[in-house]
Amino acid sequence: MDIAKEVLNGNKRAVSRMITLIENKDPVAKEIINELYPHTGSGKIVGITGPPGVGKSTLVDQMIKEWRKRDKKIAVVAIDPTSPFHGGAILGDRIRMQDNFLDENVFIRSMGTRGAYGGLSKSTGEAVNVFDAAGYDIILIETVGAGQVEVDIAKLAHTTTVVVVPGLGDAIQTMKAGMFEIPDIIVVNKADLTGADDAVMELELMLAWAPKIEWKMSVLKTIALENDGIEELLDEVERHWKYLEETGMLYKREETRYEEELVDLVTENIKESVLKEIKSNGKLDMIVKKIVSRKITPYTAADEILAGLKPNK
Amino acid sequence: MERKIRVLTAKLGFDMHNRGMSVVNRALRDGGTEVVYIGNQFPEGIAETALQEDVDVIGISSLNSASSLELMERVMGIIKKKHLEDKLVIFGGIVLPDDVPKLKEMGVNEYFPPGSNVDSIVSYIKENVPQ
Ligand code: B12
Ligand SMILES: Nc1nc2c(ncn2[C@@H]2O[C@H](COP(=O)(O)OP(=O)(O)O)[C@@H](O)[C@H]2O)c(=O)[nH]1
Ligand SMILES: [Mg+2]
Repeated sequence: MDIAKEVLNGNKRAVSRMITLIENKDPVAKEIINELYPHTGSGKIVGITGPPGVGKSTLVDQMIKEWRKRDKKIAVVAIDPTSPFHGGAILGDRIRMQDNFLDENVFIRSMGTRGAYGGLSKSTGEAVNVFDAAGYDIILIETVGAGQVEVDIAKLAHTTTVVVVPGLGDAIQTMKAGMFEIPDIIVVNKADLTGADDAVMELELMLAWAPKIEWKMSVLKTIALENDGIEELLDEVERHWKYLEETGMLYKREETRYEEELVDLVTENIKESVLKEIKSNGKLDMIVKKIVSRKITPYTAADEILAGLKPNK
Repeated sequence: MERKIRVLTAKLGFDMHNRGMSVVNRALRDGGTEVVYIGNQFPEGIAETALQEDVDVIGISSLNSASSLELMERVMGIIKKKHLEDKLVIFGGIVLPDDVPKLKEMGVNEYFPPGSNVDSIVSYIKENVPQ
């Protein structure tokens, strides 16, 4: 199978295979990515983040359904944590997305974080590009939802939605924990529970203190379980895209995304080649022994290693 | 290359006995595999998910011997239709004693009855997963 060609044809099996190659860091993935890249850039990337249990997966399921009514082709990347102890994972987001299992124009892929922090996996950005090249109009990303440090999604997505629930001051805690920079839209889900209006009010009060930018962030209420407020949410997401396009911010966002990805790629490459070099000839072992026997300090050792490296072509 | 074994697990049809499934899911996670658990599903949903998730193994659970065999027959049929025969298919739970050989005849690679040791399930997968 010519994977690149088949991905561009929208062949699901090729898309699926390609994402596996990326996740497994298979050397052939790189060439295929190079072939696909010129065909990306038309898909819209939407991030759904927020603490565990707030209803992200349920919300995604409803968003898929609603966007299908608007005739959009939808891909979902749903990320769950990989166990740091055994390297395994139970990826369970899909259970809540059963309504759309068999729709020809919906593709859902579950991923483990495989050692990455920040709420995404290292392959998420590339998987998004595969879906984009395969003709999906919208790519929804559900992050892990570990809470406070999930800034990565805001760099990758065009529009990021932070989901919170009423009560426990959770909403406020989430926003306080540096989450101001992340959302373009805030959703108070489980609005069927008491305290939803209070949560909205508190969040709106906090937003009054947010740094002023042209985009006015709004706070929406949803009941994902009852498909309530979803249309309004999609309208708001689409309004955000329009804002990005009209203000030239769309390019800015993509610059941010690719600057981040490029720096990651370069750093990763340098790290790998340096490690390969110093591990290959037992050099690393030798130096570590010298450090432990106090013949040399870790800093001097590091300087020496770096000074001795041949520049990489 | 950092290959990881991916396993799709599902409860078949309406069977609500999910304790065994949970134990198996956890053992698989602790054994270092990625488990895509989709809860209760019918054959069409199982096969389509296997395709989208590009799993190596399909693990199906049912303790309802009245419907297990017939539904498994449909699962195997759709797997063939979608050209997913390269996947390792395993079944756990209860079937009528007479039906055990029929499972293998229809292409199920292994059957794990009640009382199966979960570690043996994990090692079976690791040893037999398609390359
Ligand atoms: C607990 C239980 C229930 C609980 C389930 C609670 C729950 N959330 O799971 C409740 C009370 C709800 C229940 C209901 C019913 N039950 Co019941 N139940 C049992 C019981 C006592 C234990 C099952 C159990 O949890 N075992 C412990 C787990 C760890 O073992 P396991 O599930 O077998 O899993 C192991 C293997 O099978 C295998 N395995 C399982 N799944 C998978 C998946 C993969 C991928 C792999 C590799 C391996 C694997 O590995 C596991 C580890 O060894 C069994 C009797 C028995 N001893 O099996 C009856 C039993 C299964 N139930 C039975 C029946 C008839 C019913 C009901 C129809 C009763 C009724 N008339 O209402 C309903 C059906 C509900 C439904 N829609 O499915 C019958 C089934 C008869 C048959 N031959 O089909 C049994 C056998 C009792 C009997 N002797 O009659 N039940
Ligand atoms: N009451 C209520 N419960 C909801 C709502 N949306 C989702 N849930 C429930 O919240 C739980 C967690 O949902 P899930 O989508 O898995 O959350 P996630 O961990 O953020 O992905 C499930 O039991 C859902 O049924 C809602 O609008 N109202
Ligand atoms: Mg979820």
